[in-house]
Amino acid sequence: MTVDVPPPFADAPHMRDWIAISPEGDVTFLSGRVELGQGSSTALLMMAADELGVSADAITLETARTDRTPNEGLTAGSMSITFGGAALRWAASALLVQMLDAASERLGCAPQELRTESGEILRNDASTGLNLLDFVSAADLSCRVADLARPKDAGERWKTFRDIPRMDLKECMVGTPFVHDMTAPDMLHGAPVHPPSMQSALVSLDLEALKVRPGVVEVVHDSSFVGVVADTPLAAARAAEWAQKRGTWETKPVGAVDPVKFIASSTADAETIVDTGNVNRNIGQWYETTVTRPYIFHGSIGPAAAVALWEGDEVTVWTHSQGVFQLRRAISKALGLEEKKIRAIHCLGAGCYGHNGADDVAFDAVLMARAVPGRHVKVVWSRRDEFHAAPMGAAMATNVRALLGPDNNLTAFDVIVNSAPHTNRPGAGGTPNLRAAAYLANPIQPARSADVPLARGGGANRNAVPTYKVGDVRVQRRLVHDLPYRSSSLRSLGAFNNVIAIESLMDDIALDIGMPPFEFRLQHIDDQRSRDVLERIDSETRQVREVPLPEGAGWGLGFARYKGTGGYCAVMVRVEVDGDVRVTDAFAVADVGEAVSPDGVRNQVEGGMLQSISWTLKEAVPVDGSSTTAGSWADYPILTFSEAPRLSVALIERADALPLGAGEISQGPTGAAVCNAVRAALGIRVRNLPITRDAIIAAVNE
Amino acid sequence: MSELQEVSCRINGKMRAFVVDPTMPLLHVLREVLDLKATRFGCGEGTCGACTVIVDGQAVMSCDLPAGQVDGRRIETAEGLDGDPPHPLVAAFLENQAGQCGYCLPGILMAARALLEGEPTPPSRARIAEALDGNLCRCGTHARILDAIEDAAKHMNRGPLA
Ligand code: FES
Ligand code: FES
Repeated sequence: MTVDVPPPFADAPHMRDWIAISPEGDVTFLSGRVELGQGSSTALLMMAADELGVSADAITLETARTDRTPNEGLTAGSMSITFGGAALRWAASALLVQMLDAASERLGCAPQELRTESGEILRNDASTGLNLLDFVSAADLSCRVADLARPKDAGERWKTFRDIPRMDLKECMVGTPFVHDMTAPDMLHGAPVHPPSMQSALVSLDLEALKVRPGVVEVVHDSSFVGVVADTPLAAARAAEWAQKRGTWETKPVGAVDPVKFIASSTADAETIVDTGNVNRNIGQWYETTVTRPYIFHGSIGPAAAVALWEGDEVTVWTHSQGVFQLRRAISKALGLEEKKIRAIHCLGAGCYGHNGADDVAFDAVLMARAVPGRHVKVVWSRRDEFHAAPMGAAMATNVRALLGPDNNLTAFDVIVNSAPHTNRPGAGGTPNLRAAAYLANPIQPARSADVPLARGGGANRNAVPTYKVGDVRVQRRLVHDLPYRSSSLRSLGAFNNVIAIESLMDDIALDIGMPPFEFRLQHIDDQRSRDVLERIDSETRQVREVPLPEGAGWGLGFARYKGTGGYCAVMVRVEVDGDVRVTDAFAVADVGEAVSPDGVRNQVEGGMLQSISWTLKEAVPVDGSSTTAGSWADYPILTFSEAPRLSVALIERADALPLGAGEISQGPTGAAVCNAVRAALGIRVRNLPITRDAIIAAVNE
Repeated sequence: MSELQEVSCRINGKMRAFVVDPTMPLLHVLREVLDLKATRFGCGEGTCGACTVIVDGQAVMSCDLPAGQVDGRRIETAEGLDGDPPHPLVAAFLENQAGQCGYCLPGILMAARALLEGEPTPPSRARIAEALDGNLCRCGTHARILDAIEDAAKHMNRGPLA
């Protein structure tokens, strides 16, 4: 194991922080990580069970709730398995040590002679007839995990099982696992009447008339916050819609601007993030490109939802937030209520791809439920709310310049990233950053975003440093704060656009000097894992790439190591362009270190590829004034089933390497591969995403 | 709000009768009146497919269908796919691990079921995809979902329907 004591043990050192044992002897592991629809809870459970040497159904897992599990921070940045999984392995190992000690006493042997497999205790590999979990009463959960734990080495793992299917999948198909589905006696239903932007103020709304709309039980009004509480979700939604149409709000006027052009042309002072030497040399030839992407919606299929219940001066909220402890603190700040009076419990939401409306809707529910103490209030945002009120993925412009020396080696790389903020999470900068907090009588606007520090992978500048050996590198960043649109973390943050820009330039240079794209990249790589991934994608696709292409078709390559420290991913796609671009085939090779659940990793990589193809080809948030004009999916098309390519993902497994997370490694390389394939198919470079028919025509006319 | 109306229909093989506002979308009747919550709300305006159910053999978006129009009809929802063993579609989705967040799946399963039950032989991948074009999946599980439906079709469409 390459992790030293995992970081969560600083705040939660004891076994009882991580393990609960019921009076009947059932073992539950407690994780501060949440399931975001990516199978991480199954992977976490697998790691704990594997460490104990029992089957996965012998134990259970409970995730993120402020009254029960450790605080492991946000479930974000693809760190669930790396840190959350390591923590559970350590905790399980400590428990195993205690149980095997007790078993060794019973057997009159040394504990070192014992190990477990399929729940049975083996002595020097021979059966003892003893079940490990029969020794659960020997557990002393007051011990410190780090004093006892000796987590297994790679060679000792996965003796009982190797991979298990997602535990929760069937329930998702025929059952009711989502917070949207929660029921409680006497439950009421809320719907917010959101102002157009976080800076807008309510001017007029006939609250008396709203109160008597059908089914309405309460109207909650605090300055610019208005919420309708009704006896059914339909009544709440219809009343809120009625109010939305009749209310008037005052909004700071915004001159009509194209946000992407505005961001790209910003001349704000650039901060230098990385500077390894002088990039302004002049021996050789400079190449340059600029790639832009618009604002992008999270667009979860299930809108944000939450349930809240006030009992006395205490409130419980059921939420699909990425960080229940952060949400608790943000609510505490917004309401001036002590944290210990707030309980946040994670529940399943629909797919989470970053900081979406989960926290905002939780606070909406808290505000509305306060008016009806003792009754649960469920709030499910409308599709319009989901588009208007949730944070968006940031619009960006990445300018990349590279200097090619006379020997065809790159000697300098200069990157400037202009971007809207990539983080505005609850609590960041000391403010709640909950949408409704900006509407209350004591309004709290979000602090100015400081972006994600480089140590956590960076935000705007994520993956702005190429994964290649390119001589001196300078990365500068301009955060553009002057647009009224709310943006925050969306899967892979700046990496998507930055990898596209870098990989576009790598291809442009290779093409210009007549070198195959693989060769040019390999020439600039000296680490073996990067090389392996690229060589493998080359060999995996060689045969299909030899098939003659029809007119308007092409292949493209994209590669990056996520954050420079995470998983490696190379993607090769084939496109056909006939007015619109269609990706017909997509291949990926990934190395995420130890793949805890290999099929889960493939599923994540596939999902990232599909989502990235959708971003690259189709998606742009339409804006006007201070808000989006998109009210429904009709205004924001995403990739359909007919447009989905055939996919193939291969893993390079490294059982003894640190597991690195897979949910965000494929977006950048896939976007880059698509852009490069379009370049190959058409002979022109489309630099402004998405690559729609219109964008192609614009690029031709450039 | 219109006058309440009595509606009776067969849901997953069982006769159900209820008194509702006939303009209430079927989705709300299923979820809130009958507590059949496996059918999901995604947009409420017929643009995402999360709420797809089968009415008299046709896949329809239940958020868009007034309850007054289902009187006397046959409705199938995702709950009807459960069982021991589960429906071949559910089995194929599990086998292929065709899901990430899974929120879109009940609607997709119903759209797929309506397609497969209406075809004498396994439909092509392109035809399956086309039948799902009203269903959105944001997690990008498309390829696995198509694989799973192709697999299920091999079991379900072996010849003329019994
Ligand atoms: S909820 Fe019915 S189509 Fe979206
Ligand atoms: S699996 Fe999440 S939307 Fe389809």
